[in-house]
Amino acid sequence: MTTSGKNTKKINLNVDVHHLTRVEGHGNIRVRVVDGKVTEARWDIVETPRFFEVMLKGKHYTAAGILTARICGICSIGHCLASVRASEAAFGVTIPEAAAKLRLLAKHGETMQSHFLHLFFLAAPDFLGLTSAIPLKDLNPEVFGIAARLKKLANDICDLVAGRTTHPVSLQVGGVAKMPDRHALLEIRDRLERSVPDLTATVELFKTLEIPEFVRETEFVALKGENDYPFIGGRLVSTDGVERDESEYLAMTNEYVDKNNTSKWAKLSRESLAVGALARLNNNYDFLNDQAKAVAVELGLAPVCHAPLMNNVAQLVECVHVVYDSIRLIDELVDSGNAETMAPVKPKAGRGVGAVEVPRGILYHDYEYGDDGRVVRANCVIPTTQNNANIHYDMHALAEQFACEGMTDERLELLCSMLVRAYDPCISCSVH
Amino acid sequence: MKHLNIEQKRPRIAVFDFTGCEGCELQLANKEETLGAFLDAIEVINYREVSSEKGDNYDVALIDGAITRPDEIERLKAIREKAKVLVAMGSCACFGGVTKLKNAYNLDEANREVYGDCPKETIPTMAVGDVVTVDLKLPGCPVSKDEVERVVQHLVWDLPLPTYAYPVCLQCKQRYTVCRFDMGELCLGPITRAGCNAPCPAGGLGCWGCRGPAENPNYEEFFALAKEKGFSEQEVKDRLAFFGGFEDVL
Repeated sequence: MTTSGKNTKKINLNVDVHHLTRVEGHGNIRVRVVDGKVTEARWDIVETPRFFEVMLKGKHYTAAGILTARICGICSIGHCLASVRASEAAFGVTIPEAAAKLRLLAKHGETMQSHFLHLFFLAAPDFLGLTSAIPLKDLNPEVFGIAARLKKLANDICDLVAGRTTHPVSLQVGGVAKMPDRHALLEIRDRLERSVPDLTATVELFKTLEIPEFVRETEFVALKGENDYPFIGGRLVSTDGVERDESEYLAMTNEYVDKNNTSKWAKLSRESLAVGALARLNNNYDFLNDQAKAVAVELGLAPVCHAPLMNNVAQLVECVHVVYDSIRLIDELVDSGNAETMAPVKPKAGRGVGAVEVPRGILYHDYEYGDDGRVVRANCVIPTTQNNANIHYDMHALAEQFACEGMTDERLELLCSMLVRAYDPCISCSVH
Repeated sequence: MKHLNIEQKRPRIAVFDFTGCEGCELQLANKEETLGAFLDAIEVINYREVSSEKGDNYDVALIDGAITRPDEIERLKAIREKAKVLVAMGSCACFGGVTKLKNAYNLDEANREVYGDCPKETIPTMAVGDVVTVDLKLPGCPVSKDEVERVVQHLVWDLPLPTYAYPVCLQCKQRYTVCRFDMGELCLGPITRAGCNAPCPAGGLGCWGCRGPAENPNYEEFFALAKEKGFSEQEVKDRLAFFGGFEDVL
């Protein structure tokens, strides 16, 4: 797409989207351009609040992960992992090495499941001029088949390791309830290897998609990799140079309430910040495996990238990374035989924080426990909560850039919708 | 869609999301091995999470989520008027689900705790059936895609609707899962409606009762068993209250 920058002719535009489609949850877009000037550009979250932090109060630690998984139907594994990590930090529990590997494998399954769902079913239709991916079944059965196979593989990894794809059962305080069957692990390994042609075809498909050019300088926040591309726990970092310990997450999020939104907003060094695949990649590019780096180069993604729509590409790069990393993890797990996967848990009064990189960005759970192992106070800071203000400010900049001659309401609506969808917002999650 | 060259009727289906995690809606896009056939058998009129198509001429409304704000009541009533069949999909829609746990707390205080001096509109959580007539309930957290498929099979080919009178316990036995009670854990398997294929006990977690009670559950025997195994009344009550399906015995 070309942009002519400044207006040559005064233009009036009007975009009003009630309950944006192909995103999780309920959000509205409103843009007004009068005489070539953007008078209004809003991204508002109108999702109903559920009050999870209040519902957690008084709950036993064995219920916390089961309850908070229900914050999100797409990233329930990530929520469960942040929850059990917070509880383990509060109780001073160290999980067995095999459990840590299994958790990362489950996390990889979820990353693939969520990213492939977003790339093929939520984002791609805009680029292909479709209202959904459903017509692809007849228009392009090959692509529909690739999407179905990759998503199924991702879901099967979650089923095997976490006991279930949506709302996991095996990820518990102390570790993971069971070591999956060796043959089942090897079968998944085999399918991961055989998924490479599908991955390659996906990269080829995305190479043909024309991503609208829009850049706005942004502060990106993520876990800080020490030896690996980070997913579970560790220090926190921003591209503006802020660095904190996991337990100091509040200094990275600075949530506040906006009167038009049931989701809170967040900020750090600037008026807003961004988290997600692009933020992880921008902060940790060097830790991607070679196969993923090659795809990043092929698709023109290099850190630090300030183009929010490139989050789609960053998700695909991460998919490649986790496919190969899952193979590595399975090899190590199979070698470890019937290793212990649960550590003994003794609840005690205390506070713990768990930070996990879920598909849409960094997620924090923070619990305070009483001696009886029941929650006294809880706080959950969701990736989309951290992104909402940034999407809102992006919307204004995008409207200004594109409010020029030749633009139509329909075209601007599509561009605004594509911007929001690029963040892959998880809106009911952000309100929780 | 044709079978043996004969055109089949395709039910016009709409999916609507209320208060919840939208995990049930996501299940409709899972089970990828039959996803193509599933989509062939139906006409998708509304499915906001996955499609930008919108329409009012649907026969079947699948409702995901519970009701927690006045505007949701109005929206749900309007859907009820248009739908020939209204299906409550998942535990939130059927019982209120985990979302209903908030009703145990003071909502003004809850609002203050989360939003400070900028409170957001909220009412006590209701199940879909508390607001409109529900024709069919598919409980589960999340819903079983298999059961949704069987509803479609019923509509297209008149195959029987899924019904499970027996409890989860039986499905554990069918898949040789070691009893969680024998592992020293509390499990609602003896009284919870089957049909999930018992993934939780197999994954190392006792049943939390997301599908609500089986037909004529033997509560007396279950409470005696829980007591004999050393679980306190509070533990059992917490578990029964979790997904909202056992309100009658609480």
